[in-house]
Amino acid sequence: MTTGPDLPCDELVELVTDYLEGALDAATQDRVEAHLPECVGCRRYLDQIRTTVALLAQTPRWELSPAARKSVLAAFRARSPGRPPAAG
Amino acid sequence: MTVVEPSGPGGEPAQRPDPGAEDSELVRRLRSGEEHAFAELVDRWSSSMLRVAVVQTSSRALAEEAVQDTWLAVLQGIDGFEGRSSLRTWVFRILHYTSRAKAVRERRVPALTEVAGGRGPDGAWPDGESFLSAEHPRWPGHWSQPPRAWAPVPDAAVLGTELRSQLGAAIASLPDRQRLVLTLRDADGCSPDEVCDLLDITPGNQRVLLHRARTAVRAALTPYLAQGPS
Repeated sequence: MTTGPDLPCDELVELVTDYLEGALDAATQDRVEAHLPECVGCRRYLDQIRTTVALLAQTPRWELSPAARKSVLAAFRARSPGRPPAAG
Repeated sequence: MTVVEPSGPGGEPAQRPDPGAEDSELVRRLRSGEEHAFAELVDRWSSSMLRVAVVQTSSRALAEEAVQDTWLAVLQGIDGFEGRSSLRTWVFRILHYTSRAKAVRERRVPALTEVAGGRGPDGAWPDGESFLSAEHPRWPGHWSQPPRAWAPVPDAAVLGTELRSQLGAAIASLPDRQRLVLTLRDADGCSPDEVCDLLDITPGNQRVLLHRARTAVRAALTPYLAQGPS
């Protein structure tokens, strides 16, 4: 890792995840933030990673099949036969 | 509890309720037969449980069986749960053993060739992106061909079919552990701590896997989304 004033782009791109997680030490975070305003390539890259994360947030969650879910809830009900089933 | 952690500098940590107190209340409700509480838990955790199980069993169908069996085992064991770990940790440990037993029985033991933190292909760079060499006299390591701008992507719930399919293909082609960390974190919204606990990996390992996965997915989407000249 270079320690000069300007952080090279090929190092910054390796740091983006740690940057977004807030896991960089203060000095490195400062170097990232000093570099970004000067570099359209890195700004775009960071933005595209953010967009990628946002798109991933829209991917559907996985689900148990309705039959499996029903079976699991039925097993729960069988434990406490006296109680009324949940509404809805 | 799957809570999306705010990311990046400047984000204030969300106020989290005390996990111990939440757990006790939930266990009480489950033990006293409150079906709402159980249904909510099943709906909240099954996505992540299925994702974890499918890596171990290499089959969506077997993963579903493993998750079902896990919930049944949870019901059998809930009266004896002592709270030495969190409820979530306990449930996912049961899942781990259940999936593995099922994988062995069905002869589906996966070849775990990727170790957390092991070397894998770093920085998947799309065509047309490159850096100047470290020997460059003025700008070592800087972009020589920077990323092209992406076309604006649709907001919220309007992911077009094609983009959805590109994204799905990109995710599916990741190595197992990268795919798991990425989907648990970015699709299911699990916190870093939750993922580390679930997969028994360090925060550093988790970030490395997440980094590689996000880099690869971004690279896979670039040919589809990039527009115009640099």
